[in-house]
This record gives sequence, structure tokens and C-alpha cells, in this order.
Amino acid sequence: MGILEIKNVGKRFGGLQALGDVNLSIAENSVHAIIGPNGAGKSTLLNVLVGKLIPDTGSVMFDGQSVLGRTPYEINQMGISRVFQTPEIFGNLTVIENMLIPCFAKRDGSFELNAITSIAGQKDIIEKAEHMLESMNLANKRHMHSASMSRGDKRRLEIAMCLAQEPRLLLLDEPTAGMARADTNNTIDLLKRIKDERDITIAIIEHDMHVVFSLAERITVLAQGTPLVEDVPQNIKGHPKVREAYLGETAVA
Amino acid sequence: MLGLHSKDFKTLVIVAVLTMLAPFILNPFPSGSAMAQFNAGYPDLMQRFVIFGIFAIGFNILFGLTGYLSFGHAAFLGVGSYSAVWMFKLLSMNVIPGIILSVIVAGIFALIIGFISLRRTGIYFSILTLAFAQMSFNLAYSVLTPITNGETGLQLTLNDPRILGVSATESGGIPVTNFFGAEMRSTYELVVGGWDFQFNTGYYFCAMMLLLAFYLSIRIFRSPFGLMLRAIKANKTRLNYTGLNTRPYALAAFVISGMYAGLAGGLLASMDPLAGAERMQWTASGEVVLMTILGGAGTLIGPVVGAGFIKYFENIFSKINDSVLHGWFDFLPQGMENAAVWVTEHFVGPGWHLTLGLLFMLVVTFLPGGLVEGGQRLARLFRRKSGDKPDAASQSKPAE
Repeated sequence: MGILEIKNVGKRFGGLQALGDVNLSIAENSVHAIIGPNGAGKSTLLNVLVGKLIPDTGSVMFDGQSVLGRTPYEINQMGISRVFQTPEIFGNLTVIENMLIPCFAKRDGSFELNAITSIAGQKDIIEKAEHMLESMNLANKRHMHSASMSRGDKRRLEIAMCLAQEPRLLLLDEPTAGMARADTNNTIDLLKRIKDERDITIAIIEHDMHVVFSLAERITVLAQGTPLVEDVPQNIKGHPKVREAYLGETAVA
Repeated sequence: MLGLHSKDFKTLVIVAVLTMLAPFILNPFPSGSAMAQFNAGYPDLMQRFVIFGIFAIGFNILFGLTGYLSFGHAAFLGVGSYSAVWMFKLLSMNVIPGIILSVIVAGIFALIIGFISLRRTGIYFSILTLAFAQMSFNLAYSVLTPITNGETGLQLTLNDPRILGVSATESGGIPVTNFFGAEMRSTYELVVGGWDFQFNTGYYFCAMMLLLAFYLSIRIFRSPFGLMLRAIKANKTRLNYTGLNTRPYALAAFVISGMYAGLAGGLLASMDPLAGAERMQWTASGEVVLMTILGGAGTLIGPVVGAGFIKYFENIFSKINDSVLHGWFDFLPQGMENAAVWVTEHFVGPGWHLTLGLLFMLVVTFLPGGLVEGGQRLARLFRRKSGDKPDAASQSKPAE
């Protein structure tokens, strides 16, 4: 039994069958990559997992509980955090304020009317936020407006915000999209470090094969809304079915 | 002090000193002088300054922090006024029960309207609140006449039952509003030289309420709740994917700001015990939006500044008439005098809205952060002039 069990999930948009019959199991404390050509249904699948879309058929169980029909914030509180393709952070707030919000969300749940207590008095929360910033090398930017940071910094801040919630499953949607090679390698190192330091399951959707093969322990290849193969990276590289799905794309070769 | 940072505490003290000394500060010109018409230190106007200051502070908690632009906040002000007047009619002329009821009733109203309106965001939210406010206005104006007394407005009469108190005074008049015996309308006049300073009980009562409201708003701004409200404005998607439910946060902000509006309405009725439907009209809702933006949305002190500014214009500029203008341009030759008066009169008297509109355009274009931003820029300019480099304090956070 994996921490995430996806069974017979199907989703249709009008005439388009975005997800056919997806069965997928993600083992606890593993790094699982989901790859596939454009239009394979990767993003649709991700949106199903976080509660943005409800599938027409099938079930999605996280740690024995169904996530279907729950809102994104409820699913997040269950222990699934999502990193977006373009970093979603609170651009108008400072870096430290960005960091405080997930810390409060972890401690107080989805709503708490603490309108009279001062933030400055919450030593444990501030300490945690500062600690997270330090571990991501962002401490010297704590009073900066987060919108004015570089893209790489925004990405690290977003990952730090997700980690502050101590999720059991971290979903990454093309975390290195649009990054230079050096930044990409930094992100790979960061994710490896995260994996080594904590008990966390990472599911990653990625185009960049360099990232996938540096990180993943298992890979699922999606094509036209159905999983084609699932295996360890070594076996995926030369798999004829995968080559077929990616025909014309040189990335796998 | 009082659970505030030293900087916030300083702001609170400054506001406290300014409001307490307002009868002096707003009365800089001797009463006989030509400039006396620019004096704003009379009770009626000073009460308006602080009451609309409270209204704008509350509105800012919703609009300044969450970015939800409500175009119907005057409805809560009106509801507050009606509630207070009913309390005066039925229970007692003491203002406290009246004010408590106005805050509660406005809060309930805000809960209902907010619950429905907050299902939408952006322009649709604004239109929904506007629709509710206009519905309330029309209900008050015609349908609910037994409760609101229609277009005449709800007033005290000589036959009010008034459980704790008398229907009429011994001299046959309607009793006046009071705070445990201290009459709201009583004014102590201090004449020093040519100056005539007026200290009004009602004003000081309202000023204390303003300080309380301002203090609470600082606490909200600096609380985790306030941070969440700012996060709603910054990125709702991220907030949702951070495990936070935005709906109750926005609704709580809506209800709190509605209660502030109710308090302002209750105070208006306490100063002058009548309530009319026109207080709920959309122009009144628009006015508080102007106040907040003019002063600086999302800043602590901005809404109060904006409220004072607009009320000053409304009451002072609108009083300047033809004969006053002729007095001013006396020194010019006849033809030029008439021309100057002709041009100027469009900007004063009933045309004061034109001046306000121009001013509003200038502020929004050149000072997007409102008058508060203007003040900060001036302060920075002075600091640079005085020789030292801009220090860390000048890089102030947006919510000052």
C-alpha cells in the first residue's frame, strides 16, 4: 500500500478524454516522477490530487482517506503540499511574512480568529519561520518584498513555505521550468537534500529528463491520459513504449 | 505598551493628543477675523471628523487589508443609526445601550450580506454589496416605513414610551442624549483673546470611541488574522494551497468592518437623535471609499486623515459663497474681480465636489499610497535635507 493510491481515475472535458483509466500507487518516502509528452494528462492528474478538479470516475486515497470532494485547503491540511509551475507566493508581503503564514496554518488549522494577539508575541512561530529561511539561505532577504526576488529565490521560498507545513506528500509541478541549467542543478540538489533530511514523499511532474533521472526512484510514463509504463529509471530509458510515446522528441535518447 | 510596538504606540499617542487638543488645533483663527470661516473647531464638525474616521477605519480593515471593495458600507451605518434611535425611543436616552445595539445589529446585517456577497470576488462582489445597500435604502425609504418613518426619517417624539426615563422633560421638551447624565450637546466655551474654543461632551465621547476603534484596528493589523487578510489580497490561490480557508477570514473582516460602520452610525444618532434613509444611499457608500483611498488604503492612519479631509472640504469649502469671494478679490479691478469670482465660485460652495474631485485625481495619480504616502515622502525629503542618509526607518513597511 502506497501513501497515495490512485484507482481507475478518469476525467473527460467535453469530447476530450483527459484521463483514461489511471492506476498509480506512490510508495511512502519515495521520489516518484510522472512524465509524459504534452497533453498526456499530467496537469489534470495533479489537479485531481489537490482538489482543483473532481474526476468522473475512480478513487484517490491518501493515507487511507479519500481526497475526492475535498477542497484544496482541506487536502492541504491532510498533508499534501503543492509547488506550482510558476512560483505562487504572497508577492505583496515580505519574505518573513510569507514564511509565517504556513507556520500559522500548520499550528492553527484552516481558520483561527486570533485578531487581537500580536504576531511579534508568537516566539515559536517566528523561530520556526526564521529557521526555515536560514535552511534555504533566504535569511538575509527576510525583510525584502518577495515579489522583487529572483525567480530562483521565489522557487526556494515557495518550497520552504510548503515544507514549513511538514507535509507527508510534496507535489512539484515542473519545478525547474524556465530555469537555467545552473539553477536547475541547484534545485535538484535542494530536493535531494530535502529528501535526505526528512520523511517525505515527493511526487514530481517534469519535462526535463535530466531532473527526472537525477531524482526519481520510480517513474510513471503517461500518454494520452493513461499510464504507459511504471518502472525504475534505468528500465524507463530504453523502453520501446516510452520511445514510441516520445517519438520525435529527442529528450529520451 | 498596551501590547503594541513602540512605533505603533507612538502613532496611537499622536492620534490621542491630536484628538484631545482638536478644539485648539482646528481653531487657529480668531473668531472675528476674515480667516475664521476656515476654522473647523466647532462641535458639529469635530464630531463628524471622528465619527467618519471610525467609519473609514473599519472600512479599511476590509478594503485596505483584503482588497475586497465594498460599495455598500453605508447600509451598516444607516442600520446602526436606526437601531440607536429606537433604543433612545424605547429604553433610555443613555447612549451606551443605543451604541451597543447599533454595533450588534450592524454586525448581524454584515454577516448576512457578507455571507452572500463573498461568494463572488472583484467587481461582482462590489456590485452585490451595492445592490444590497440600495435595497436597504429603498426598504428604509418606503417599504419599512413603520420602522424607519420613511422619507421623514426616524425622530424622537413626546410620546416615546422610554422604559428607563421619561417621555418628556418637566419643561415639556424631548429629553437629550447623555452618557450617564453628561449631556452630549453640552459645550464649554473658553474665550481667550479673540479665540473662542469649544469643548463639547459629545465630541470627547466620540473621540474616546475613535481612540478605542483605532487601537483595535492596530491590534488587528499586527495580528496573525491581519496577516491572513493581507495574504488574501496578495495571493488567494497560494493561501488556499497553504491549507487556509479564505472565506471565513474575509467574512470576519467584513463583519468587523460592518460593526465599525454600525458604531459610527450609532454615534451619529447619539449626537443628533434622528436617522434618515439618505445615510444609506450609494453616495454615502462611495464617500467612505474615497476617504480610505484619499488617505491611504491599507495604512493605519490614512483612513482617519482621508475622513477628516473630505469632511473639512464638505463643510468648509461648501460655505464659501459669492459675497465671500467678492471680499477676497476686492483688490482687483472691477472686471478682473468678477472674472476671478466667476472662475473660483465653481470650485467652492455647491461646487466643492469639483475641488475634491480634482484633488482626488491628483492624489490617486501622483500618490497612489494616498496622503499618508505624501507625508512619508515629505518626511524623507526633510531627513535627506538635514544631512544624514536615509536610515532603516525610512524604509517603512507598507502598513504604517
